[in-house]
Amino acid sequence: MAVTHYELIILGAGPAGLTAGLYAARARMNHLLIEKGAEGGQILLTDWVDNYPGFPDGISGFDLAEKMAAQAKRFDLNSMFGNVTSMDLTQKQKRLELDDGSVKTCDTLIICTGARPRPLGIPGEKELTGKGVSYCATCDAPFYRNMHVAVVGGGNTAVQEASHLTKFADKVTLIHRRDELRATKILQEKAFANPKLEFIWDSTATKIDGTDGVEAIHLLEKSGKESVLKVDGVFVLIGVVPNNTMLPLDLLKADAGGFIPTDIETRTTVAGVMAAGDIRSKEVRQVINAAGEGATAVLAAEHYLNNLS
Amino acid sequence: MASDIVKDLSDADFDSVISSDTPCLVDFWAPWCGPCKAIGPVVEALAKEYEGKANIVKMNVDDNPATPGKFGIRAIPTLILFKSGEKIDQVTGAVGKDQIKELIEKGL
Repeated sequence: MAVTHYELIILGAGPAGLTAGLYAARARMNHLLIEKGAEGGQILLTDWVDNYPGFPDGISGFDLAEKMAAQAKRFDLNSMFGNVTSMDLTQKQKRLELDDGSVKTCDTLIICTGARPRPLGIPGEKELTGKGVSYCATCDAPFYRNMHVAVVGGGNTAVQEASHLTKFADKVTLIHRRDELRATKILQEKAFANPKLEFIWDSTATKIDGTDGVEAIHLLEKSGKESVLKVDGVFVLIGVVPNNTMLPLDLLKADAGGFIPTDIETRTTVAGVMAAGDIRSKEVRQVINAAGEGATAVLAAEHYLNNLS
Repeated sequence: MASDIVKDLSDADFDSVISSDTPCLVDFWAPWCGPCKAIGPVVEALAKEYEGKANIVKMNVDDNPATPGKFGIRAIPTLILFKSGEKIDQVTGAVGKDQIKELIEKGL
C-alpha cells in the first residue's frame, strides 16, 4: 500500500480550502489538497456573489470558484480528487486512508469540508428531490419557466434565490417560520419590491405531495391552521448541515450541530489540526470568512511545523 | 465543457445512442449551471476509466429540450444510466466520483 507523507493536508476545495491551498503553495510547503466532488464548494450553488470584495460588479459563484482554483494552481497547488474513508488523528503523524487504497500521512491537517444545504426532513422531500424539490435555485430555476414555486427559508440564501427564481417562474411564494426575514436589508428591499414574490409568514412546511413531480406543499401556521399550497417546485434554503462524516467528532469536541470548534487562529482541540470555513463552529458563514480562515489556518500550520522538533 | 472523450448528444441521436447494450451514462447539463461545469472533469475522468465498458455522453438541456422533458428532469446536473434503451437509475446534483461510479456499475 502506497504511503505518502506531507507537511500539510487540506481537506476540501471550497473557498477555505482553495485559499489554504494558495497560501500553502506560496509558502512552498509539502502539501496536498483533497477534494471529493467539485472544486468550489457551496459557492457553486450560488447564482451571484455581490459581497466578495474585489469584484465591483459582482461575480457568478462558478466564476469565483474557478478563479480561486486558478490562482492557487498558478503557484503549483498539489491537489487530487478522492474520498477519505478513515482518519486517525490520535498520533502526532495524522493518518488518512483514501478510497483509491492509498494512505496519506501528515504533520498538519486543515479541515475545510464545509457544509451542505439542510433538508427539511418532511415526508415527500427525499422522494421528490430532483423532481421538483431542489436545494439549488441557480441550477434549477430555468426548469420552472411560467410556473409557481415555493421557497422555504428566510435568510440571505432563501431571499436572494427567491428573487433569482422570479426571473423564470410566474410566481414565487416564500414560506418563512417567523414574521420577519433574517436576510440582509438590501436583499429584503429587493424582495419586497418584487411583484412576483409573495410571502407566507409564521408557517412551516410539513409535507410535500407529488408522484412524478411536486404538486403541492402542506403548511402549518403558528396559530395551528393547516393549508395546502399548489406549487410546481419547492426550493429548500434553510441553512446548512456540516460535512463531517469522516471526522472524529468526539476527539475534535464537535458542537451539538456537528461543527468543529476552534480558537481564533483556527486551531482545533487536536494539536496540528486546524478547521476553516463552514465546518467551523461559528455564527457567520460567508465566502469572505471562509477565505480568511483558510489563510489563518495555513499560518497556524506553519507555526506548528516550526515548533516541531 | 469542450471535451473529445465525452461526446455531446442531441435530441435527434439520443435514442440510437442509448439503445446499445453497452451501458450509457448521460450527463444532463447546461452552461448556466455551476455544479454541472464543476462535475465535468469528474465525468471526463470516468469516461476514460470506463472506456470500452460504458459509454459516457452529455446533453445540453438548453439546446435539447425534448429528452429532458421526456425523463421529467427538473434539476441539473442529472446523470441517468441507460442500457438497451431502458433507464436503469439516476443521480441528481454535484455528487462525488464514487456515487457516479456506483451508478455506472449498476449497468455492468
